[in-house]
Amino acid sequence: MNPDRHLVLTSMAKLMIPLIIVFAIYVHSHGDIRPGGGFQAGAIVACALSLHLLVFGAEAARQLIPVPVLKIAAAFGVLLYAGTGLASVFFGKEYLDYDALGAGLDGQKFGILLIEIGVFLTVSATLTLCVYAFAGRVPDIRDEDR
Amino acid sequence: MENHAARYASGGAGVTALALISSVTVTLPAVTGASSGDVVAAAPQDWILAIVIGLMIAIAVAISRMRPLFAIAMSLSVYSLLCAIAFVLMDAPDVGFTEAAVGAGVSTILLLAALLLVPRTVRERVKSFRPVPAIAAGAVAALLLWAAPDVPFYGDASSAPNVTLGRAYAERTVRETGKPNAVTAVLASYRGFDTLGETAVIFTAGIAVLALIGVGDRAILTGRRRRRADNAGGGSAP
Repeated sequence: MNPDRHLVLTSMAKLMIPLIIVFAIYVHSHGDIRPGGGFQAGAIVACALSLHLLVFGAEAARQLIPVPVLKIAAAFGVLLYAGTGLASVFFGKEYLDYDALGAGLDGQKFGILLIEIGVFLTVSATLTLCVYAFAGRVPDIRDEDR
Repeated sequence: MENHAARYASGGAGVTALALISSVTVTLPAVTGASSGDVVAAAPQDWILAIVIGLMIAIAVAISRMRPLFAIAMSLSVYSLLCAIAFVLMDAPDVGFTEAAVGAGVSTILLLAALLLVPRTVRERVKSFRPVPAIAAGAVAALLLWAAPDVPFYGDASSAPNVTLGRAYAERTVRETGKPNAVTAVLASYRGFDTLGETAVIFTAGIAVLALIGVGDRAILTGRRRRRADNAGGGSAP
């Protein structure tokens, strides 16, 4: 669909997408004291990117965040999570026992921070990739398709 | 097409209204009765919860009567949003977040994207009574109703999860992990290995989608070429 013909839609999307992403960052960074966490924040970011794709089209979305970046982010998230586990083994505790990563509660704080970032990267990138994949089968959404 | 849509829209509205009235009358006593017994007094949010669940039942019934797939996809999105509200009302905002973002957001967009590739309305339904699906659905409903009394009342402090593992986690999380949100502490620390598995499952599902459908330029070009071939060939539309 032609973005120029939907002024209200494009204006609202330009207004909403940054707000949604800021909210996702809030949900992620406050996940340990308030509801939320990496998974929720990742899903919210994927929603924002999907909104961008719906309004501005698949080509613009792929220019905003290229597919290789998403693929690397999805894989890096799992790697970061598993690597945190290996690090705790390296420092002499069991797999994913964050007490090995610092003294007292710092180890837990650091470990949970790392794995939440990993979950966030994998969830947001994978969900966005799935939306890209399905939307990519349709070159453009015509206006009469609604 | 227009006539069909209008007819089924009006039919859907009638069914929705009927289902709404009946479901609210059914769920109101159930929810308030469950909480006004020996556990806690009926709070205002119990009434809101009853209305939300009634709306969910109404939408489920309406979806089963709808024909345009676009309307069905959007109704499923509304259903997911109501489900998220119900989770938040039942003090599970973490689950509510996920339901709102994944159920109402991303999966609706996936459904809409898939809709562009298939016919837009459900096939004309044959108006005949089919006994086997009816008996199967009735049997499952009977089993669920039979099992329902074994589920502890919502908020029951003496139920098994609340006296054993749940209480243990609630008492230990702040001391052992320093995280006030017990859900995050359990997911990330106590059950970190499970969460690693879940992350890997999501990653694997993404790989499967990419392997089956593809996301690169080649996949888009293939889709365009196939569409052009379909248009040129005529008649071979799905």
